Amino acid sequence: MNEERWLLPAGIDEVLPPQARVMETLRRELLDLYASWGYELVIPPFIDYLESLLTGTGQDLDLQTFKLTDQLSGRMLGVRADMTPQVARIDAHHLRRDTPTRLCYLGTVLHTRSDGFAGTRSPLQIGAEIYGHSGIESDTEILRLILLTLRTAGIGETYLDLGHVGIYRGLARQAGLSPIGEHALFDALQRKAVPEIEALIAELGVSGAPARMLSALAELNGVDALARAEILLREADPPVREAVDYLRRLADELGRWLPDVSIHYDLAELRGYRYKTGAVFAAFVPGWGLEIARGGRYDDIGRVFGRARPAVGFSTDLKELLRHGQRADTSDAAIYAPWSAAPALQEAVDRLRASGRCVVNALPGPEQDRHDPGCRQVLVERDGRWELDDILAG
Amino acid sequence: MSLDTPLTIALSKGRIFDETLPLLAHAGIEPVDDPETSRKLILETNMAHVRFLIIRASDVPTYVQYGAADLGVSGKDVLLEHGGEGLYEPLDLGIARCRLMVAGLPDVAAPTTRRLRIATKYVKSAERYYASKGEQVEIIKLYGSMELAPLVHLSDRIVDLVESGNTLKANGLVPLEHIADISSRLVVNKASWKMKHGAVTSLLDALREAVAGRSTPTQSAQIQSDRSRGPGS
Repeated sequence: MNEERWLLPAGIDEVLPPQARVMETLRRELLDLYASWGYELVIPPFIDYLESLLTGTGQDLDLQTFKLTDQLSGRMLGVRADMTPQVARIDAHHLRRDTPTRLCYLGTVLHTRSDGFAGTRSPLQIGAEIYGHSGIESDTEILRLILLTLRTAGIGETYLDLGHVGIYRGLARQAGLSPIGEHALFDALQRKAVPEIEALIAELGVSGAPARMLSALAELNGVDALARAEILLREADPPVREAVDYLRRLADELGRWLPDVSIHYDLAELRGYRYKTGAVFAAFVPGWGLEIARGGRYDDIGRVFGRARPAVGFSTDLKELLRHGQRADTSDAAIYAPWSAAPALQEAVDRLRASGRCVVNALPGPEQDRHDPGCRQVLVERDGRWELDDILAG
Repeated sequence: MSLDTPLTIALSKGRIFDETLPLLAHAGIEPVDDPETSRKLILETNMAHVRFLIIRASDVPTYVQYGAADLGVSGKDVLLEHGGEGLYEPLDLGIARCRLMVAGLPDVAAPTTRRLRIATKYVKSAERYYASKGEQVEIIKLYGSMELAPLVHLSDRIVDLVESGNTLKANGLVPLEHIADISSRLVVNKASWKMKHGAVTSLLDALREAVAGRSTPTQSAQIQSDRSRGPGS
């Protein structure tokens, strides 16, 4: 029994020095970055009524959410598995502005089951959202912010993956798919399981142009996917062609702002299909099989809170960023000060601390002559003045 | 086909390896060592940038999902159990064919006073199958030799892969219900698909061509197949 007291639950981690400091530095830099772009920080509660957490995102988050009963109200509470619905509520219900609102947030979320590698169930979610603007300009701003976020975290090479949920949604409608059929085909499309896609299309009784276009979706990926889509999807209903056109305009706009970034298009990639309404995107880094940041447009998310406003945003996991970024502890080495109430020493210590240095006071005891391992310098008195000496290794 | 992008392909020994090699050869990729004689787990190929990982069949989706391998060949049985999350499975290679079936002793009625007990290695597939039939069953997870379970009354039925049916017959069991047709799929890591798109799609095209051009696929394989019990074993 005793030997298991130190064990943490699966997927729950603690961050130790020096990583905790590196993480905190990155956290501050990112929030400062968002602030410099006009994003206001919001701090939603860790725990919330279940129904407001699960709204909009539907079943996607239901199984991922830890639940408990509120002894005061008898209602179900949930520990947030995603902060986006909470931020949407803040915009729709509390702020109620008529101008575009930019919000950013950071906090721990909990997942009942891990969905990432290394099995974390407690990501430190950080993200930014724009409410009240619909169009490629706000999409572009969010995509630029994703890349700046990754760069701040010290992640070099990045690939962006872009898609649009309106394409599949429109094709499914054009083909007259039932919700069950739409979901089954969606599932096969997410796996690009071409044999199953073709079998399903036949089974669902779709034929002719809609069948051809639905099965073409699995092939519509790559840098030239948009050009091929314009040919392969030319018989599609206007909403589908508008979605393709939207992506093409977004691509042109991104070319102006981010000329050096590799962009990959995938018209069958539909993260968060149930609540997304427009462009969807994700960022990948080499050597890692899972997306590192994701986002998209979800224009209806605020409706249940009384106000549907256009919305676009992204989120990522701060811990994941640190795992892939080249960030080290850049703080200066600490200084060791002997235990003494001498005013001259206190003055020297205060001066050093005010200049941003870290000074560790010795605590009397048998160990006091052994310098703290983090210290590289020591304060020594020479002719009534306190000066810094390097601590020699060993 | 020439490849400049490094590609790692996860394969399992035995039938999948043997039947995938001719397809990969069509794409111009051949291993330098024979996995049956070599103890190496990473096999070099005639292409400097391409290597094979030799791993257990049931581990292939995991290696590919997390990007330890860019591509892999995995039986549909294994993918059904794994869930296929984070993977693309764009091509049915049509090899290592068999069927996932319910089997049991002939002429034995289902128990009436308790739930039907099913022994299987394919827990999720079995659960899903019986749930779709609206039947509540008890599932017993086993790792092999499922045929034994009904004989010693550990279970009423088994859910297992059936190729020729010889192992069932030798133990006095008969196939009862067909759950799914199984064959091997090419699986691709999502990030590799995006970041190594050119290399992955040209390999995919070459394999697709090899699959389409292959004559009479698995007749001979089915006869000699009882030596390796299916892609999942």
